[in-house]
Amino acid sequence: MPAHQFILNGQTVTVEAPEDLPLLWVLRDVLGVTGPKYGCGVGVCGACTSHLDGEAFRPCLQPVGGVAGREVLTIEGLGGEGLHPVQEAWIAEDVAQCGFCQPGQIMAAVVLLRKNPHPSDADIDAAMSDNVCRCGTYVRIRAAIQRAALLLRNGAGAR
Amino acid sequence: MADTHKSDTAAPGVMDRRRFLTWVVASPTLMIAARLGLDLPPAAAAEAPVTEAATPLSLLLALQSDGRVVTTLPRTEMGQGITTAVAMLVAEELDLPLGSVDVRSADADPRWLIQLTGLSTTMRYLSGPLRAAAADARARLITAAAHRWKVLALTLTTANGEVHAPDGRRAGYGELAEEAARVLLPEVLPLPKPPSRYTVVGQPTGRIDARDIVTGKARYALDLDVPGAMPAVVARPPTLRGSVQSLDAATARAMPGVVGVVPIPSGVAVVAETFGQAFAARDALRISWAPGPASTLSDSDIHARLLSAIGPRPLPPLLTTRTVEGRFDFPYLAHAPMETQSCVARVQGSHAEVWSGAQDPKYAQREVARALGWELTPQQVTVHTVRAGGGFGRRFFPEAAVEAALVSRAVGRPVKLMWSRNDDMRHGHYRPASHHRILAHLGLGGSILGWNHRAAIPTVEFPHGFGDVVTAMVGEVLPEVTSAVFFTLTQHVPYRFGFVTQQLTEVPIPIPTASFRSVFTSQVAVANEIFVDQLARELQVDPVALRRSRLTSSRLRAVLDKVVSEGRWGRSLPPGVAQGVAVLEEWDSAIAHLVEVDCTAEAPRVLRVVIAADVGLPINPKGIEAQLQGAAVDAMSTTLSAGLHIDAGAVREGSFADYRWLRMKHVPPEIQVHLVRSDDRVGGVGELGYPSAAAALANAIARASGTMPTRFPILEGGV
Repeated sequence: MPAHQFILNGQTVTVEAPEDLPLLWVLRDVLGVTGPKYGCGVGVCGACTSHLDGEAFRPCLQPVGGVAGREVLTIEGLGGEGLHPVQEAWIAEDVAQCGFCQPGQIMAAVVLLRKNPHPSDADIDAAMSDNVCRCGTYVRIRAAIQRAALLLRNGAGAR
Repeated sequence: MADTHKSDTAAPGVMDRRRFLTWVVASPTLMIAARLGLDLPPAAAAEAPVTEAATPLSLLLALQSDGRVVTTLPRTEMGQGITTAVAMLVAEELDLPLGSVDVRSADADPRWLIQLTGLSTTMRYLSGPLRAAAADARARLITAAAHRWKVLALTLTTANGEVHAPDGRRAGYGELAEEAARVLLPEVLPLPKPPSRYTVVGQPTGRIDARDIVTGKARYALDLDVPGAMPAVVARPPTLRGSVQSLDAATARAMPGVVGVVPIPSGVAVVAETFGQAFAARDALRISWAPGPASTLSDSDIHARLLSAIGPRPLPPLLTTRTVEGRFDFPYLAHAPMETQSCVARVQGSHAEVWSGAQDPKYAQREVARALGWELTPQQVTVHTVRAGGGFGRRFFPEAAVEAALVSRAVGRPVKLMWSRNDDMRHGHYRPASHHRILAHLGLGGSILGWNHRAAIPTVEFPHGFGDVVTAMVGEVLPEVTSAVFFTLTQHVPYRFGFVTQQLTEVPIPIPTASFRSVFTSQVAVANEIFVDQLARELQVDPVALRRSRLTSSRLRAVLDKVVSEGRWGRSLPPGVAQGVAVLEEWDSAIAHLVEVDCTAEAPRVLRVVIAADVGLPINPKGIEAQLQGAAVDAMSTTLSAGLHIDAGAVREGSFADYRWLRMKHVPPEIQVHLVRSDDRVGGVGELGYPSAAAALANAIARASGTMPTRFPILEGGV
């Protein structure tokens, strides 16, 4: 089996896995990184959303062979020792219900806010509509994104 | 051995008529058990000690020597926020910081009086025993401190997890926990606080597990680290409940990472090193399938069966001059929780252990035991109840636990079994489809003489019962009895509409069903509230005015008035934009919705939702708001665009790509929630917010477009 080396949450990792094994299973089953969730396996729910070289991506669709030498960030690595402002905003707005989709929602929101520090409602609609929340927390997700935007603009540990 | 002393405690206010029994459980540190005492005469409290093993209990409260209080509940956290609300009640009664309370879900155990998460019962049934248990614990802590300091217990107070004496001495609960366990008789009354003294309960409070969730630390079943547990998936038939005719697993067995291929009653399981490899090998299985029992049925056949079950019109009441008829159709719905059905199981010799987000752990225990041939000794199966990624009624059924246990035994190692999204959508237990006929009999001068609702619904399966032994047995033997009784108990028309009758005709259709958030109300009350608007049109009166003049409940009038004022009912709106209202009283709560919708484009767009709810004592207003907002999104999704199709015994929809649950872009930026408090009884919340949200949306669409929606979801092609 080929070995694949990449950077996961700031650490270099090497795993042996078939080239075409989706990264989600490398993370969850091989490395024990369980923040990214399986929700559909076909890229339509967003529960596994993480970052690849700073861009939001779906580990359920990404073969591990394609991440060699690249940087993967999951929810576990987002805040470092503390909390990312988006996570703080999520807590302040009490967004989560069952919580299963929230790591993916947060990772999607972080990329949105990095690219667009002043998102309008339409911008949020466009960036966040690929992530399903079955509990229906959308109103609070939107509020948390606006709150996080404010925190980030005020310089709270922007990443 | 464990027998000790009990006290009979009445909660304050309107709860006085309910009695709760509390007792001390033998333990090095103070542990209090409590139960609802509805079936006990008050005098029983003064009699002989109860025995721990024989007395069913509602919850357990354990004080630890580190000062933390662990509350164990026979309930499952699946997003409804019960762990936070429970922690708030315990913190309140014990004068303890919220952060010092841990809340755990109990393993399956026959000792639990009711171990089922559903029917909006958690706070309704447990808040009384919780308050009683915490008040008892507090009284014993005070008494222990009084003994230690040799002062009168009455002079002592509690704050911040400590007992305080007037002279300034203090003792933390942790250091008193052992002495408190040995207190024979509390020397202060173990009375819960009156709600007027609450400082924690009633304050909008964030979830106690919010940090775990946003950092990815929250563990769902498949995130648990059970050593050696191997990923497993199951190849399932194309039709519901189809079966394997022949299997060729040679290719699959030879694939990388594959550990085993195991035929089981529901299909063929593949165990591998990773889920990715298990899925790949599953795809390589060559299976021919025998069709399932519904394979001759498609939507049109089911609709025809439901239609024919409605029966002839009953005779109208005397003096009827006109009868108005409404017909409504609702689709099958998948619960589609974000976390698909999943379970970790370890079967070794004569013992099985499973980890599952079950809504009914005791039913899961029975079913796993039955599958393993241990029907008579279900205690050979331990069911650990873990956090679930949504439930909505789906997790009453423990198929994943049964499958995981069978596979674990076959491969001789622990397995973590997961359903794919396709599996979850296409092999679920569904909210059944239904057809409704409502007849309103009108007389002279706008009088309403009668209301007759006939609902034809495929039998809803309640084999799990309602969490206790008796209904579980009835549910297994006579499913239709439970279902019919449940319909009668829950379905009410809250209006003076003359002679009101509602009947359920159950239609046996071999498609698996289950309760869905609000059960029958998700169809029956929705149809009723839409037809109330139709009646208003027939009578040429304002739908709010019609409701106000006919409502039989002051709580409903109050919440309706609230949405009318907060939502500015009747305000001027552009053409194609309109408001709709609807109300519901259920689960000891009352609610009204006002929805504003724009029908100028192809798909209706919800602009605004205003909700007013009377849930009695609002334990955590923030959690209540979350539940009501979420239920509104459920209602909007299933009214507008999410519904299942049945094609020759197979479910067409396979994921959120074609089962069109609403996304961020479809949901208005604001869903307002206003709480109205008529008294301090604790009402249910989890299911309350669905039916009138769906009906208010349909009513708004009718008023905006001129056409009353009668078939759901409204948009066949999605939003």
